[in-house]
Amino acid sequence: MQELIRRGKELLLEGTVKRILGWKAGDLPYNPEPAFFETEEELKDFIYNGFCGANLSKYMIEAARMEGKTLVFLKPCDTYSFNQLLKEHRVEREKAYIIGVGCRGKLDIEKIRSQGIQGILGIEGAEGDSEGEILKIRTLYGDRTCSYSSAMLERCHVCRGKEHRIYDEKIGESADTRDRDRFGEVEKLEAMSPEERFAFFKEELGKCIRCNACRNVCPACSCRKCVFDGNQFDSAQKANADAFEEKMFHIIRAFHVAGRCTDCGECSRVCPQGIPLHLFNRKFILDINRFYGEYQAGEDIEKPCPLTDYAPEDIEPGEAAERG
Amino acid sequence: MYKIAKEHLPALFRKIAGSRELYLPVKTAGQVNFAPWEETAAADLETLKTVKSPKDLFFPQCETLYTCRQEGGSLSVEPETLKEQEFVVFGMRSCDARGLEILDKVFLTEPHDSFYEARRKRGTLVVSACPQPEETCFCSVFGIDCAEPKGDAAVWPVGEELYWKPLTSKGEALTELVRELLLETGDREEALEEEKAKIREIVKQLPYAGLSLEGWGEERLLERFHSKKWEELYRPCLACGTCTFVCPTCQCYDIKDYDTGQGVKRYRCWDSCMYSDFTMMAHGNNRTSQMQRFRQRFMHKLVYYPANYDGIYSCVGCGRCVQKCPVSLNIVKVIRAFSQGEAPEGGGKNA
Amino acid sequence: MPIEEGKEFRPKIVAFCCNWCSYAGADLAGSSRLSYPAEVKIIRVPCSCRVNPMFILRAFEKGADGVILCGCHPGDCHYSTGNYYTRRRMALLFSMLDYLGVEKGRTRVEWVSAAEGAKFSATMNEFVKEIASLGRNVRLGDLRCRN
Repeated sequence: MQELIRRGKELLLEGTVKRILGWKAGDLPYNPEPAFFETEEELKDFIYNGFCGANLSKYMIEAARMEGKTLVFLKPCDTYSFNQLLKEHRVEREKAYIIGVGCRGKLDIEKIRSQGIQGILGIEGAEGDSEGEILKIRTLYGDRTCSYSSAMLERCHVCRGKEHRIYDEKIGESADTRDRDRFGEVEKLEAMSPEERFAFFKEELGKCIRCNACRNVCPACSCRKCVFDGNQFDSAQKANADAFEEKMFHIIRAFHVAGRCTDCGECSRVCPQGIPLHLFNRKFILDINRFYGEYQAGEDIEKPCPLTDYAPEDIEPGEAAERG
Repeated sequence: MYKIAKEHLPALFRKIAGSRELYLPVKTAGQVNFAPWEETAAADLETLKTVKSPKDLFFPQCETLYTCRQEGGSLSVEPETLKEQEFVVFGMRSCDARGLEILDKVFLTEPHDSFYEARRKRGTLVVSACPQPEETCFCSVFGIDCAEPKGDAAVWPVGEELYWKPLTSKGEALTELVRELLLETGDREEALEEEKAKIREIVKQLPYAGLSLEGWGEERLLERFHSKKWEELYRPCLACGTCTFVCPTCQCYDIKDYDTGQGVKRYRCWDSCMYSDFTMMAHGNNRTSQMQRFRQRFMHKLVYYPANYDGIYSCVGCGRCVQKCPVSLNIVKVIRAFSQGEAPEGGGKNA
Repeated sequence: MPIEEGKEFRPKIVAFCCNWCSYAGADLAGSSRLSYPAEVKIIRVPCSCRVNPMFILRAFEKGADGVILCGCHPGDCHYSTGNYYTRRRMALLFSMLDYLGVEKGRTRVEWVSAAEGAKFSATMNEFVKEIASLGRNVRLGDLRCRN
């Protein structure tokens, strides 16, 4: 972390960048927030640790409209989102100075809580540069421990690797934390009967409170005004009036980002009701791979998006439902 | 004062559900929220905070107000019926109970909100003490004592038992209903007193325990409103509605018409000041930036509401927003930012 | 409409037809005196790729039991490539609906040219039959539209 601050200061003082986009320490051991830093002095609150899961690429859309260059710290998975935004002309390359930061998996406080660890006052082992396998947690009800891996975000278990797809320089080492098959859950669902799948999604989506956090945090959801925010519908984007509305919202949202979603996992991270939203996006990704060939959004900025492309011999929709 | 062994709780629930609707925290797909009790429901009284507050049971996230139907040449309007069935909410926390008092002031002053009023009349609140407050809790800041629940009946989980005390006539009636399942404690309540002392001791050690509300309330309304700090504080805000939808005191709603193909259902649903269409009117919107909408949420809770209702803050310190904000913003950070004096004190400008 | 107990189930079908081929195909069916069921409500669109997934879901929301999308044959699009995009989109959407547990037969894409009045008529007759056998759509509708 000190290295990030040192380099940040340097770039700020020599005038290469106008501001730094990073994370600012929170008031609890696990709640840093995304922040812009404009002076050397402000950087004293800069932090980079296991809880800095937020994908800062989203804020680069805003930064692209600001004057001057912004230094941004991106984890390997965040660089896919940045690339995708670049492809869609939502960010400007020359307005970003990208430092690829090392990542050894990010933590999910809810995963720690779900292990029955309550009243958390301090967490040791989550620091950015530490290599520990164990988190030591000081709580109001005694000291507890849990393994780093058991507290990781879902997305880190299906990590796409240590490589930054775009950067100006790199600081820190990354670890490949993948220990699960990325499409395992989707394939498990596909193997179920339609009735079981319907029941599964009904229960999961039944929890949705229409807070729109999944949409607003999503780097692919970069529309200035979302179609669901229009007043042309008689249903409301904020009402969980009927089971249909949630379903509609999540299908359409996943569809709108299909072929553009880099599977950064922010939607599942932020859902207050713990809905596994990645199951929608990964279904589209898996189908795209099956029907139109392997494709990873954000890997590069040249390849056309599968949904703005076609081939005369493409699969017919009728067959797709059979094969999917 | 009565008590019941925890192992007999299913019998208690069955008894209550025999003659009334019963709502309690239920775990569904990994999340605990208030839901109707059924034999098969996974009741969860251990989890401290449900994701959503029990506000829904009195002020649902979405409800139909009336239905218009056109048949032939005639038009009929049917208002939705008011709640008539008695119901019990079991296991809400002190902060949630205070949340309802805050809603009462809004919905039960003239003109009464008849839908809310009917539910309040029919509902019996069984409020539980919090055996293990969490680091995000700060109810004590608002004068709530989570060791001494206030509602129609209070319960305290202590070891393998649950102490039970009716506090109002509704609570007495409920106690009467389940009387055969309860044991009188006599005067032996040392274990309970010990538990209360233990809870209060923990509350003192909570990280937010010393939070000061100095400077909030109506006196410094304009100064707070025009403060430059909002420009920095709001910046990481994603404009999602998480904080408002998990909040036990947020009370804004919107009304819309739904075309069913055979008529129209007029419904209301919670609104969120974080949304771009909040308070949208024919001429447009009077808050055009996210900064203004963000400011509205905190000014409402900490300045406007106290100005309207005898200095009472419209926050109960349940800590749900602290726990759920996707970018870790929360009301505590806002309160603290202002208590650090007007000049920004170091730190990054929030994104 | 209230659910009519005991009466034979008559499905509601929405057919999106492209202006240049399929709608003309429907016209030809009419002028050739080939019938297609009255359950089918045609919505004319400039090109099959004008239909975004929301149109289809909204149709289900408001009570459709089946949705069929008709366009020019691949390669014959009036706008050269519109229906190629339709094909990709609908392939993904239908697969997603199946994944969510919605019956596969409720959605269909069919290529009908302006010369295929007979195909239009046969397709619609067959689709209505299939939806009738699947029964009322209960997995993808808004309950408020049911009573």
